[in-house]
Amino acid sequence: MPSHNGGAALALRGVGVTYPGAAIPAVHDVDLDIAPGEFTVFLGPSGCGKSTLMRTINRLIEPTSGSITIDGTDVRALDAVTLRRGIGYVIQAVGLFPHLTIAANVGVVPELLGWDRAKIDARVDELLALVRLDPARYRARLPRELSGGEQQRAGVARALAAEPRLLLMDEPFGAVDAIVRASLQDEIRAIHQQLGTTIVFVTHDVDEALRIADRIVVMNAGTIVQNDVPMNILEHPADAVVRSLVGIDEASRRYAEVRPLLDRTSA
Amino acid sequence: MTYLIHHPGIIVARLGEHMVLTFGSLAIALIIALPLGVLVARSRLLSGPVLGVLGVIYTIPSLALLAFLVRVFGLGTLTAIVALVAYAQMILVRNIAAGLRGVDPAQLEAANGLGYTRLQRLMRIEFPQALPVIIGGIRIATVSLIAVATVAAFIHAGGLGDLLFDGIHQDDPQKIVAGSIAAAALAIVADTLLRRAELLVRR
Repeated sequence: MPSHNGGAALALRGVGVTYPGAAIPAVHDVDLDIAPGEFTVFLGPSGCGKSTLMRTINRLIEPTSGSITIDGTDVRALDAVTLRRGIGYVIQAVGLFPHLTIAANVGVVPELLGWDRAKIDARVDELLALVRLDPARYRARLPRELSGGEQQRAGVARALAAEPRLLLMDEPFGAVDAIVRASLQDEIRAIHQQLGTTIVFVTHDVDEALRIADRIVVMNAGTIVQNDVPMNILEHPADAVVRSLVGIDEASRRYAEVRPLLDRTSA
Repeated sequence: MTYLIHHPGIIVARLGEHMVLTFGSLAIALIIALPLGVLVARSRLLSGPVLGVLGVIYTIPSLALLAFLVRVFGLGTLTAIVALVAYAQMILVRNIAAGLRGVDPAQLEAANGLGYTRLQRLMRIEFPQALPVIIGGIRIATVSLIAVATVAAFIHAGGLGDLLFDGIHQDDPQKIVAGSIAAAALAIVADTLLRRAELLVRR
């Protein structure tokens, strides 16, 4: 089994992103600390800046103001390519490369890092087992021969290949059906428990956030409106935006549904 | 048909010249077209002018282009190769650019996020995925060059066109038939093989 190599600590200070030609910033003056090994979900309606904020962490978007540090090191201290090879990344559209086998897809980052063949092969088998894809069956397949859920598992395996201490996930389970999504959510929780990796997960799905998060960062119009454990988000929504997002009428229903999970996060 | 049967040596020699002319030009054309195709795919600013110039060259009748180039490079194979390379650019560059532009943006996003450099992304993700479209362009260019290369005999560049022009001058339909059949056969074989390659990389 993969080693428990711990998670990275993240600190965002005054982070702002204004796209060229835009009048209003997409992200405005965000301060946020994420503890090592924490599973943080950025939650909010589309266009709220959650995805933009996440993408500043691996510099797919360069902030126009503020600073970001990972374990105390400014992300700008490294060149962007080196930085990204050390951070796991899973996108919504899966993004598996269709011309490469599953094994080759999972092994891309070790390959870019120049690991030797035997080490990559061993790591690929280990990761496929971790995401419950039998290596003997799936190694040689092409992405299009897998179901949506299986593809997303392979996507998670690829992101974890070089043992990153930080994993970024941008609406990763948005394209699969509800039942598959629930099982993927359980598995990413289990993987998180096992590896202790710091995870930043972007979603607009409240139920998903409540199900998987240690902490939920609710965003609206480019700023953080509430940053708290799931139970407090439900019980004490900070303002009308959060209240409408979690849904007043449904709050009690959800509370009952997620109660067992909340005991974990409020402990 | 009788000429074809009685002079296989001559046919094979002309066919050989024709293939060297065609595939030599194609190889040179590809070396130029690959970077140009990347440029056209990447730069909105340059894609218009580049495709415009190549389009103009492409529309010049092949005989006129050869006649013009003879003024610069003289008679012979070199001039023919220059003309064929220029002629193939439009087809190749347009297809290379279309293939690269056709790569799903999510693929580029994934590659960037995983830590590919720009060059690694181009070579390992974009070109492999654009390959079917690029090979499609190579196929069309090849068939076109085989046809245009027959005219090159007019400027003493050899090839199967020699048989056609000889046939006309000597009023010998046998030579014309032989040259035509050989050129058509070459085009059909090249087209078939490249079509297979296209399907193979599409998988």
